[in-house]
Amino acid sequence: MNRFIAFVRKEFFHILRDRRTLLILFGLPLAQVLLFGFALTNEIKNAKIAILDNDKSPHSQQITNKLLASGYFQLQENLRSNQDIERAFRKGTIKLAVVFPTGFTNNYEHGRNSQIQLLADASEQNTAISLTNYATAIIRDYTAERNPNAQLPLTIDVRSRMVFNPELKGAFVFVPGVMAMVLLLVSALMTSVTIARERETGTLEVLMVSPLSQGQILLGKVVPYLLLSFLNGCVIIALGVFVLNVPLNGSLLLLLAETLLFIFLALSIGIFISSLVETQLVAMFASLMAMLLPTIFLSGFIFPIESMPKPLQIISNIIPAKYFIGIVKGIMIKGAGLQYLWQPTLVLIGMSVLFMGLSLRNLKTRLA
Amino acid sequence: MEKAVSTHQLTKRFGDFIATNAITFDVAQGEIFGFLGANGAGKTTAMRMLCGLLKPSSGEATVAGFDVYRQSEKIKQNIGYMSQRFSLYEDLTVRENIRFYGGIYGLHRADIPAKTHQILQKLGIESVGDSLVASLPLGWKQKLAFSVALIHEPKIVFLDEPTGGVDPITRRQFWDLIYEAAHGGTTVFVTTHYMDEAEYCNRVSIMVDGKMQALDTPAGLKTTYDVDSMDAVFQILARGTSAK
Repeated sequence: MNRFIAFVRKEFFHILRDRRTLLILFGLPLAQVLLFGFALTNEIKNAKIAILDNDKSPHSQQITNKLLASGYFQLQENLRSNQDIERAFRKGTIKLAVVFPTGFTNNYEHGRNSQIQLLADASEQNTAISLTNYATAIIRDYTAERNPNAQLPLTIDVRSRMVFNPELKGAFVFVPGVMAMVLLLVSALMTSVTIARERETGTLEVLMVSPLSQGQILLGKVVPYLLLSFLNGCVIIALGVFVLNVPLNGSLLLLLAETLLFIFLALSIGIFISSLVETQLVAMFASLMAMLLPTIFLSGFIFPIESMPKPLQIISNIIPAKYFIGIVKGIMIKGAGLQYLWQPTLVLIGMSVLFMGLSLRNLKTRLA
Repeated sequence: MEKAVSTHQLTKRFGDFIATNAITFDVAQGEIFGFLGANGAGKTTAMRMLCGLLKPSSGEATVAGFDVYRQSEKIKQNIGYMSQRFSLYEDLTVRENIRFYGGIYGLHRADIPAKTHQILQKLGIESVGDSLVASLPLGWKQKLAFSVALIHEPKIVFLDEPTGGVDPITRRQFWDLIYEAAHGGTTVFVTTHYMDEAEYCNRVSIMVDGKMQALDTPAGLKTTYDVDSMDAVFQILARGTSAK
């Protein structure tokens, strides 16, 4: 046990002495969370719109006011003709145009089918869809307020309710994703590089000749990073909850336990990579290519898995972050407990065991 | 006399390539045993097998009385090792390195400060105890690495080209440390390609293409081959040319 403590102590010296390591360890998560939380959001605020009011009635005026009061939209200009719409879109100054046709009020007050046209700039398709949805909802609201008892025959009124995240806050989606990415990056990258460094300098050989067992060496590499990454995970959760207002509806204890499990998996992967490569540089590239890119693109962090082609959907099943993101969302946003999350948890445990086993075997065969 | 190392027909194959071909030799307790050979002659492979870093393909070997196949854990506790590449951590101070190696070799925590003091005093480097190893000159690092390899007072210490890249005076000082260790009863197993160092060994073996071509005292070898230096012996054996 004393041997093991001496080893862990030495690892802490390595980490704390190296300013670059410290920066990656603690600066990176902070920057990532704040960047993704504040800047890279797909929420819509103050989108610039144009109004073409051919009706010029109290109704059109009130609907316009309601739209602008919502906070989602900001009036860029009042248009005079249909030609102006195209011109405004071409200039790129507006994202959405609202057109009230002549006779709108007339139709509306006589219970006929009255129409408002929404034109959206679909060169940004996600924004366009969100904007038309928001605007539709607001206009529907207006009608509902006016005629609370109106029963329009043959009209199907669809009312969707966004559960768990009614305001469609981007931070809810990004915080779990960033957490998975940062923990994976820091843990896998750091361990793979630290073992590769010992191999490069020749100290790994000296450790192998010492009475330390291979298990002790691996575990000694894992423990310091496990502690530091766990601290990191806590910082990210705290930032998410207190700065970005992500709710924490489920058990904090379960969340921390799952985080610890994911970190252990990431460290196992790092060790697995380092058992295959010779140099720090290769270790670094392998970690980045094998871990970071699939995590960003295939975990559902940025692109929804459901809208991927089938082969990529299948591949996404081997991305550890996919399971972790699901777990974190489940706990934080939906308040789910282990009875709903045992499946992804088991997958993470299985992957950890697999990678640890493979690394031990690899180290052994390299010696034979 | 008790044997520190004993091998019989020890062989290591990597695919079709035979790195170490059926070598048989004994090393006595307290002996300074030189292991010579050109690069690629198989001396590092042989040493790695004895240290438990490589499993032999065939043959037998014992180190400190323990079998290399079945008792490698026992062997590890009884040997010290210093590699040709540098075995100290450059981003740790001298004291921290000593403390670390003392720790992994299972020294009692209470004994480490005294041991540290003893090493620093012996090497005359008390003033740099708290400096990073990276800041030391190469000669000091090598002497420190050797002292650290002996920290748990092993029966045998394996030195893999320990004096690479240092000047002759520092090399001489390094050999003083080796003599001192051997005098204290430690067996020293050293590979080198400096022929002046070969002269300092009690006995020398010369490996050529995986085979052990000669094994005798330096004086014995010079007489056998009728030359006046180890360098000449090596020329005859390793390069197949006569230096006469």
